[in-house]
Amino acid sequence: MAPNINPIIIFIASIFTSNMILSNFLGMCSYLSVSSEYKTANGLGMAVTLVLVLTTAINWLVYTYIIVPPERYYLQYIIFIMVIAALVQILEMGMDRYTPDLHAKLGIFLPLITVNCAILGVTLFMVIRHYNFIQSLLFGLGSGLGWWLAINMLAAIREKLANAKLPPGVKGPALSFIITGIMAMAFIGFSGIFTIQ
Amino acid sequence: MVNEKTSAIIKRNLLSENQVLRAILGICSSLAVTNTMRNSLVMGLGVAFVTGLSSLTLSAMRNIIPHRVRMLVQTLVIAAYVIFVDLFLQAFLPDISKQLGPYVGLIITNCIIMGRAEAYAQQNPPLPAALDGLFAGLGYTMVLLGISFIREVLGFGTLFGMNVNFIRFETWTIMIMPPAAFFIIGGMIWFMSARAAGKAAKAK
Repeated sequence: MAPNINPIIIFIASIFTSNMILSNFLGMCSYLSVSSEYKTANGLGMAVTLVLVLTTAINWLVYTYIIVPPERYYLQYIIFIMVIAALVQILEMGMDRYTPDLHAKLGIFLPLITVNCAILGVTLFMVIRHYNFIQSLLFGLGSGLGWWLAINMLAAIREKLANAKLPPGVKGPALSFIITGIMAMAFIGFSGIFTIQ
Repeated sequence: MVNEKTSAIIKRNLLSENQVLRAILGICSSLAVTNTMRNSLVMGLGVAFVTGLSSLTLSAMRNIIPHRVRMLVQTLVIAAYVIFVDLFLQAFLPDISKQLGPYVGLIITNCIIMGRAEAYAQQNPPLPAALDGLFAGLGYTMVLLGISFIREVLGFGTLFGMNVNFIRFETWTIMIMPPAAFFIIGGMIWFMSARAAGKAAKAK
């Protein structure tokens, strides 16, 4: 059962063996559209990691103390998505006010993140697997880092391939998918270490 | 766009502007659930249901929603229909509901639904909007079934759970794993954009 898994294992597994993009296919939309430049991809990865850690923590508290006691499980989707949207909004305003440098770097990505399915996906996985608070926190952090790693790799490869001569039609999303497929195959190599399901 | 013919709406959503293959939307779930045909069919119909009804609802409400809060309203309407689908699956198809796991809830963040609401339901009357949403969802279902057909036949040697492995070939384990999904959808998008590019060149 999930509650006995060591949080460190969850952390490492969520980066490598059950990477959000390469094995769970979450957050693909922004992964594909914001990966043509390494620098912006890096910024988005950082923002996703930050939001993931915060939303997983808050959604865990909301789930445990607000949804579970009255057994309003059917309301969880609406509540989770509202928490994510509100948090992103507050984060953006707070960054704008207190850390303008960071806001200039990450601000444009924040609204995109609300509809990034990785955020809601991590929350739903956490609920389904019955993680405790520490496990959820590290699961959120690990998933964010794994996502960041994957988008950075794709962006770096796409920058190298920008001037390559390619057959018609393959340029753009099709190429990104094929690169991602090869990356996913490489990541299967990690799957022997341990799995969390 | 306002007086578009019904047949044009259907054809556009199924082929020339297929949401998955041409607009590259709704990718997450189209890859995750496509290891068997049964899961894909259920997921696709669920998405078509939500897209159709949320487009209908949002189009009917389009003149009374203040512009600034429309995203919030859209999300809430979509979430309400997703809850309906989720409860329906839990009640009537519990084993599929378990296999799909979090991906049912993730229909909320499926960009196709939001995309149709923004791009079409905002400007069009309820009935065409509902039709547009429904067929956008069915176009998605079609792609899902295509991908899962390849993956299930080669990966498990079955079709909708029935054995079709008559020549007893060795099943391809890679087809059940994530990389195959990326390769197949990559190939499909490649084919579709090459076809679109060819058509555009002919038109000139």
